[in-house]
Amino acid sequence: MKIEIITPEKKVYEGNIRSLKVPGKKGAFQVLKDHAAIVSTLVEGRVTVTDMDGRDSVFEIEGGVVEVQGNIIILLAESVR
Amino acid sequence: MASLKEIRRRITSVRSTSQITSAMKMVAAARLRKAQDKIVRLRPYASKLHELLIGINNRIEESENDQMYGRKSDNSKVLLIVVTSNRGLCGSFNASVIKKALGIIEEKYSEQYQKNNLWIMTIGKKAWEFFRKRSYQIYRDSSELFDDLTFQNSADLAATVMEAFLNKEFDRVEFIYNRFRNAAVQDLSYETFLPVESEGKSDEVYEGEYIFEPSKAEIVNELIPKTLKIQFYRTVLDSYVAEHGARMTAMHKATDNAKELIRDLNLEYNKARQASITNQILEVVNGAEALSG
Repeated sequence: MKIEIITPEKKVYEGNIRSLKVPGKKGAFQVLKDHAAIVSTLVEGRVTVTDMDGRDSVFEIEGGVVEVQGNIIILLAESVR
Repeated sequence: MASLKEIRRRITSVRSTSQITSAMKMVAAARLRKAQDKIVRLRPYASKLHELLIGINNRIEESENDQMYGRKSDNSKVLLIVVTSNRGLCGSFNASVIKKALGIIEEKYSEQYQKNNLWIMTIGKKAWEFFRKRSYQIYRDSSELFDDLTFQNSADLAATVMEAFLNKEFDRVEFIYNRFRNAAVQDLSYETFLPVESEGKSDEVYEGEYIFEPSKAEIVNELIPKTLKIQFYRTVLDSYVAEHGARMTAMHKATDNAKELIRDLNLEYNKARQASITNQILEVVNGAEALSG
C-alpha cells in the first residue's frame, strides 16, 4: 500500500509500505494491507512506518488526521519531527 | 542650459540609482520565487484537508454540526486584520490596502468604530505605522511574522486570534490583504476569517463507506481549527508573495525610467558640448578676423 505523510510545509514521507502504526484518538491502531476505509483524527504521539524491506521510520507528531482508502493512506500532520 | 559639468554629475547619479533599483529587482525576483515555492508546497495539505472536511460535512446531519467557530451574532465587536509589508518601495501595494481598510471602516463599521468596538491587527510595519498614529484601537501588531514566516509561527498567531473569538472578545474577524495574481497584478482582497461560513454540501465525490473515529462531529470539530490555521497561513503567504511581485515590478519600472532619463541627459549633454565648441570656434574666427583687419 502507498502512503503520503504531508505537512503544510513539505511532504515528509512517500512510498510503498507494509504497515503503519498511528496514535488514533480512540487508541493506537495499525494499518495493514486491505484495511477498511477509515478517517481518524490523531493525537500527539509516534507514527511508525514499516517499508517493504521491513525497515522502520518513526515520526513524532503533535496530532493530525489520517485517511485510509483502498490501500492508499494519506496522513496530515501540522508538525513532524 | 545647464553646464556640462552639472549634466555629467546628474548622469552619474541617475546611473548609480538605476544600478541599485536593478539589483533590488533581482533580489525581489529571487524572494518571489522562494515564496511561491512555499505556496506550492502548502497546496497538497490544504486541498486534502478541504476534501476531507467537505466529505464529512456531506454525511453529517445539520443538527450534529454545532460549530463553536461558526457562532453567529450581531457583529458588535469586529477585528480587522490588515496585511501589508514591512518595507516600502513596492508601488501602491501598501497604500491600496490601507485605503481599502479605511473605506470598510467608514462604510460598514462606522458604528462599531464610534463605540470603540473596532480593533485593528496589523501584520506588516507599513500598516502599523499608519494606524498607530491615528485614533484606532490596535489589538496587536505582528509584523515580526514576516521575519520568519513559517507555518508554525503563523499557526500560533492564528490560534491567538481564534481563542479571542471563542472568548467573545470579537464577534467577527476579517482580513484585508493583497492576493497574488501575477508579478504585475495584485488583487485587493477582503475576506471573512471568523465566524466560519458553513461549507456547502457539494455533489459527492467521496464514494464508499468509511469508519469515522472518534465520530464525524468530533472529526469536523478538530478539522475546522486546522483549516482556519491553513487559511491564515495562506493569506499571509499570499500577501508576502504579492509584495515581492509588486516590488519587482516597481523596481523594473524604476530601472526603465532611469534608462530613459540617462538617454535624455546624454542628448542634452551632447547638445551642450556642441554648442560650447561652436562658441569657441566663433571666438577664434572673430579673433583672427580682428587681427587681420
